[in-house]
Amino acid sequence: MILVNYDKILKFQFNGKHYEGYEGDTLASALLRKNVKIVGRSFKYHRPRGIFGSGSEEPNALVKLEGSNTHEPNRRATSIKLYDGLKANSQNYIGSVKFDILALNDYIHPFISAGFYYKTFMWPKSFWEKVYEPIIRRAAGLGSLSTEPDPDRYDKGYLHCELLIIGSGPAGLKMALDASRNGKKIILVDEDFIMGGQLLSNEIEINGSSSLQWIEQTLSELSNSSNVRIMTRTSVYGVYDHGIYGALETVTDEIDRPGARQILWRIYANKSVLASGATERPIAFPNNDRPGVMLASAVQTYNKRFNVKCGDNISLFTNNSGANLSKISNLIDVRNGLQIVNVHGRNMIRSITLNSGKKINSDCLAVSGGWNPNLQLTCHKRGRPKWNEKLSCFVPDNSNLPVNMHVIGSANGSFSTQSVFNDVSDLSKQLGYEITEEIKSEDKPLKLKPFWFVKSNKRSWVDLQNDVTVKDITLAHQEGFSSVEHVKRYTTLGMATDQGKTSNVIGLAVLADATNKTIPETGTTIFRPPYTPISIGAFAGAHKGKHFKPTRLTPSHEFASEIGANFVDTGYWKRAQWFSQDKEVTWRDSVDREVLMTRQSVGICDVSTLGKIDIQGKDAGKFLNKIYINTFSTLKVGKCRYGLMLREDGIAMDDGTSARLSDTHYIMTTTTAKAGSVYSHLEFCRQVLFPNLDVHIISTTEQWAQFSIAGPNARNLLCKIIDPNFNISNETFPYMACAEITICSGIRARIFRLSFSGELAYEISVPSRYGDALIRELMSAGKEFNATMYGTEALGVMRIEKGHAAGNELDGRNTAVNLGLNGLMAKKKDYIGKTLSSREKLSGNKTMVGFLSVNPSDKLTSGSHFMNTDDKILPENDQGHMSSVAYSPILERYIGIGFLKNGKDRYNETLKAIDFLQNNHVEVKVVSPHFIDPNGDRLRA
Amino acid sequence: MIINHPLLGPRDSSEFTYRGDAILFNRPDPNSESLLEDYYEYQYIRDNTHGFMKELWFHEQGDRSWLVLTRNTVTHEIIRVELASEYKRENK
Repeated sequence: MILVNYDKILKFQFNGKHYEGYEGDTLASALLRKNVKIVGRSFKYHRPRGIFGSGSEEPNALVKLEGSNTHEPNRRATSIKLYDGLKANSQNYIGSVKFDILALNDYIHPFISAGFYYKTFMWPKSFWEKVYEPIIRRAAGLGSLSTEPDPDRYDKGYLHCELLIIGSGPAGLKMALDASRNGKKIILVDEDFIMGGQLLSNEIEINGSSSLQWIEQTLSELSNSSNVRIMTRTSVYGVYDHGIYGALETVTDEIDRPGARQILWRIYANKSVLASGATERPIAFPNNDRPGVMLASAVQTYNKRFNVKCGDNISLFTNNSGANLSKISNLIDVRNGLQIVNVHGRNMIRSITLNSGKKINSDCLAVSGGWNPNLQLTCHKRGRPKWNEKLSCFVPDNSNLPVNMHVIGSANGSFSTQSVFNDVSDLSKQLGYEITEEIKSEDKPLKLKPFWFVKSNKRSWVDLQNDVTVKDITLAHQEGFSSVEHVKRYTTLGMATDQGKTSNVIGLAVLADATNKTIPETGTTIFRPPYTPISIGAFAGAHKGKHFKPTRLTPSHEFASEIGANFVDTGYWKRAQWFSQDKEVTWRDSVDREVLMTRQSVGICDVSTLGKIDIQGKDAGKFLNKIYINTFSTLKVGKCRYGLMLREDGIAMDDGTSARLSDTHYIMTTTTAKAGSVYSHLEFCRQVLFPNLDVHIISTTEQWAQFSIAGPNARNLLCKIIDPNFNISNETFPYMACAEITICSGIRARIFRLSFSGELAYEISVPSRYGDALIRELMSAGKEFNATMYGTEALGVMRIEKGHAAGNELDGRNTAVNLGLNGLMAKKKDYIGKTLSSREKLSGNKTMVGFLSVNPSDKLTSGSHFMNTDDKILPENDQGHMSSVAYSPILERYIGIGFLKNGKDRYNETLKAIDFLQNNHVEVKVVSPHFIDPNGDRLRA
Repeated sequence: MIINHPLLGPRDSSEFTYRGDAILFNRPDPNSESLLEDYYEYQYIRDNTHGFMKELWFHEQGDRSWLVLTRNTVTHEIIRVELASEYKRENK
């Protein structure tokens, strides 16, 4: 098994300098190989920082990974797989990483302890936003985002398995072997790009072979099993309900390469095994953040796995028997009474002072304060770990693990390799697997003397990434923060991108010491997803730009584009808003023309976006009686009726017409915006409230193309396309009639004599696939009438001229009474909203009325509030508001509809319409909302 | 979450929308003498259940059935899933 391939040289750049590394390197190992010691600057004090760990626990070595135009900040050098052409830079400094101007902060540290900005930047108050905050924001923070769009592709995927094994150290690999040999469908994931976990870094004999031989053998068997899926560079970041796991696979670190850069997997697993190992924790002592101070396990990993020496003269500071370093010059063992009281060398450790006063030269200080099981995932469902006194660490509490999760190996506190394999055997037996192979390996128990921090007046770091020291935690306690959750937020302990993987437990120990409590009494913070940082791009996946939401096109979309339509987004739909013709400069030019041409001759509008719901069954009429405030069971076959539906609380929900095609068949239309919610409301009523009614419903919005044909020539135009055996004369097909007919020699169609504009008007619908042909046919047949297409703006103008309520009026605040539709409310039947709409105060006294500007040149604005002319402009004098306005080309002035106190009784009164937003205060006259054809003569012509 | 649909088997909860307490089944009798009070309770008053409750879910991105789940609001454990139409008949 080749860990580093020296035949494959990879060139890379770091802070502008060129280096070479090898296949198998991480950026961190390649930098250490080239003796690059300073890789970044710290968060607050801007102290030089070096590589500290070797995996996802790394707090220091955060770098900016460069693409051609963009970059990705805050990437751990320890998790970047080296690739040819890699470019990375240090972050968080001004000047250079070696001579950072902001390092001045380090000299003023007594003034910038925990919470300093809460205390310091108090006055003058106005300075906060303008002076302090911008400066602090410039100086603080880790990395900075590229302002360019992310050029990469991110994918999402879904996987199912019987057993998900998280981690591929000895525990995960043996578990996979057992499960695979028992025919289970398994997924084995590891965040590293090579499987093997800590076996890659430690020479351990397993059944007589070396650890690397055993990994190779095991992986070869697993990868040849069709029931096993092995996923490297895949981090399980979250545990969710019912066996759902979130995992991020890093396909490549390279920016702007073809293919997906990362894949966000959702894994559905019947059972999971957490074999995520343990992370070494440091000890806090003065200046323990200097480059060259590293986790002992990291020094070991760089040495064994990457063949990189972290120093020539390595010292080990430890409190336990687990640190397994081969070449140490100095052993500083707490158990022998030795402690470190200072570290010297600003940019690179040079020497160490012990409590005995002895000074030792050293260029690398390996630290081991014990081990913390990686149990974060066991807590994502609110479980809390328990304290193990003997191992001096938190271990998973088997009584509150996520359902169907099992924890084995060092994640479970089993630290010797033999105990790891014993865990696997126990679990395999518990799961009913036949065990095909018992494994013998080393069985040295971990011996440890709890020791967390050296007491000192100097600064000793607990959280390297957020620059939190022992002093900060004791200060927080002195200031009255005794709960760990408060201390965490006040000092920012464990709140950086590493989520305190190396710092949380020491922080607890410091707080426990300050409060004279034990660690379990002090508590533990809650772990939440994600376990490792996930880029937002991965969550977005392919859903960006136009793929963020679906686009729905109307059947006439192509034709409308050809004739100059401007489209507007209404929900997912693109609707034609107006059609620009030659010489028309402003949108109003087009809209006014569309309105006038429609009212003078004939106009056509695509209304396919309105919701269409097919309602069938013996009890369809009874069902609609429950839905609408008015009665539909009495509607005659071949007729339509306008209906208003309420929410159960009495507020208007939606309106529209329903047509009766046969005794058992109705077609409901809804507004475009409410098509979805009305449909689900109907299903709710059908299944939950009235399951005994014999009725079935289905949405047919997308199945039918529907056009409104309005204007005095509407019938003349339609007669040209309707098959001759159908008669739509005013006598046989009056206002509100409907029929199933054929058009254009046998094409199935439905025709409804409905009008939203107040004109003689029809709506005609054909199966969607004929929509494009029909609009072309109508426009070509309409040439002799000078037929025009009209868009949603003209539709809006004409409905306001006619005084029809629409979305602005059905805004979730108005009742049937407010809308002036109380006449429709049936007295003798029960319907949704009947009882609660009867509450007197619900409607108040506002009713819908129309408004004209007194001065014809005044512009009205919707949202204006009405005041009596003599009243002061004060909220308590509010008389109502304007909900919709339009310029009426027929009346040649602005008109509007809105809601006014006692509106019906105030026709011809003059009011002020106040619009503070546009500072537009105009005089308006209250009128009937039916500006055009109030008696319906045109409508019924 | 995974909802074990009575007709379609286990489905991801993202296919569903949530409507809340299954108390919505008990729409008051329109002939009740205390109609307004009944409706006030029905529309606005809810228990803040800690533990198992019956709740309504709509399979909006699926077969459009309304389901009644018996779900633990603390652990999210779902012990029963029924079609709303059948639930109503059985509980009448």
